[in-house]
Amino acid sequence: MQAVKVTTLVDPLPIYTMWLRQIKRFLRMKARLASSILMPFLFLAFLGLPLSFMPAREIPGMPEGVNFLDFLAPGIVGMTLLFAGTMSGASVIWDKEFGFLKEVLVAPVNRFSIILGRSLGGMTTAIIQALIIVAIAVAMGVKISSVSGFFLSIVFMILTCATFTGFGLILATKLGDTEGFMSIMNLIIMPIFFLSGAFFPLAAMPAGVGYIMYVNPLTYGVDGLRGTLVGAATFPLWLDFVVLLVLSVVLASLGAYFFSRMEA
Amino acid sequence: MSSVIEAESLTKEFDGLVAVDHINLSVKEGEVLGFLGVNGCGKTTAMMMLATALNPSSGIATVCGYDIIKERDKVRESIGVVFQRLSLDVNLTGRENLDFHARMYHLDRKTREERVSHVLGLVGLRSKQDMLVKHYSGGMQRKLEVARGMINYPKVLFLDEPTLGLDVQTRRVLWDYAKKLNGEFGISILLNTHYIEEADYLCDRIAILEQGKIVIVDTPAGLKDSVGDSLLSVKLSQGSSDELTKLLGQVDWVKKVDQCDGWLELSVENGGKKIPEVVRLAQERDFVVSSISEHKPTLEDAFLWYTGKAIREDKGDINELRKTRRVRR
Repeated sequence: MQAVKVTTLVDPLPIYTMWLRQIKRFLRMKARLASSILMPFLFLAFLGLPLSFMPAREIPGMPEGVNFLDFLAPGIVGMTLLFAGTMSGASVIWDKEFGFLKEVLVAPVNRFSIILGRSLGGMTTAIIQALIIVAIAVAMGVKISSVSGFFLSIVFMILTCATFTGFGLILATKLGDTEGFMSIMNLIIMPIFFLSGAFFPLAAMPAGVGYIMYVNPLTYGVDGLRGTLVGAATFPLWLDFVVLLVLSVVLASLGAYFFSRMEA
Repeated sequence: MSSVIEAESLTKEFDGLVAVDHINLSVKEGEVLGFLGVNGCGKTTAMMMLATALNPSSGIATVCGYDIIKERDKVRESIGVVFQRLSLDVNLTGRENLDFHARMYHLDRKTREERVSHVLGLVGLRSKQDMLVKHYSGGMQRKLEVARGMINYPKVLFLDEPTLGLDVQTRRVLWDYAKKLNGEFGISILLNTHYIEEADYLCDRIAILEQGKIVIVDTPAGLKDSVGDSLLSVKLSQGSSDELTKLLGQVDWVKKVDQCDGWLELSVENGGKKIPEVVRLAQERDFVVSSISEHKPTLEDAFLWYTGKAIREDKGDINELRKTRRVRR
């Protein structure tokens, strides 16, 4: 690798350009936006809403003062961030497949700026999707605990999203080709989702499963979102924050590193 | 004239397979140099190393005086690349693709707008600039890519099989465009192709590549001349071609005998007059000639001549080419 000077590591115009490209693509693919909103909506409308009429205390480990819809909504926001974040990182593989990456990689721009701009663009679109889900949840009757809580939840959205963008990048750069890529993604992503406490409290799970949930990054993302949005966290918020901060920095850096070593 | 590309012992290995094998190369300023070779001969790999898309396994090279490894960004600023496979974002418009590219080269807004309009005009896509690239035809996409390669006003343009899969008219347009860039703007071009007529039409010099090595570098005329004054193709209806090859190989006015697919190919001086000679020689030894013809060496003959030197067995592509040539004649 060539020696990279710190001054050229962050190159504003290309970062903005990569960001803009992701946003433009996002805005043009309305069908994809609709489909990525549909599944979270269905979960909230046909799982969360009906179960919210059930007495919440019958579910073991359910926090005080929230019904099931309040409990589920942050989990579904977390799910949206998991899917959109991972896809944003992993979609590098399609840029490679369709040749677009080549053209970017022979431009006189360092790779860190390229992947930073691209990831920021992907994260922006993921967080827009997450905010749409929050709006839908509120429309269904979920009560946001406080204004400051809402703004704090955006911090957790960013961290959760960065974690899975990095994760998606690592997958894409290591797996290398699109063959069977989607099935491998689902094989990894679905367990992360179901083992995150998005649907049910940790305490409601069998003992062995609980341990797996503790090592799942999304558990902390969902818990942080739950704490900030509806005020019903299992862990202290600072713990969620620290775990996610460390994970997002490590995974995103690792993803960027693997990307920088990719050959066009 | 100074040179814009210098390569010394440039090599690339992929998992033990040597794709480019210690090539030495020098491209002069304002020159169009073509890599001519069959698929898999290493021309794309060689070009991609010079364009800084691949890291060489060993060897050194400079482009516009900059080291392709140590001064990568300097090289990138001085070159334009048109890749073999499509490398556009099909979900953006033509103009957006070019604008995107211009931003990656740190051009300011005013310069961007001027240059994007300029290059779109050059390739005749101005009226289609706001269409999404996925609705472009293959030829239009290719033109857009060539236009994109010009945005940073490069000193060297790399064209990796630019006319692959295009119709005859579009190919012509791209050729003329390349000629114009070279002639009017003095841009040096490194061209990869396996189309012989493309190399013949565009290149000042041609480097024939085979199995990762440069077999010869010469002008198209020089390559044709080096094969000989004229070529005789001979087919026998009786007798062994191998024996006749051996026999003719001993005749002093036969420069070279080559054998392929049942045909003998002789390189001689003044071919027309040698036809009766060959027939007489053959008849004396009870061979029966069923067909004999003379033609001037073409670049294709030269190409086959030089690439034919290697072992025949794994030269499927070459033999295919020879066969199709027979059919055409």
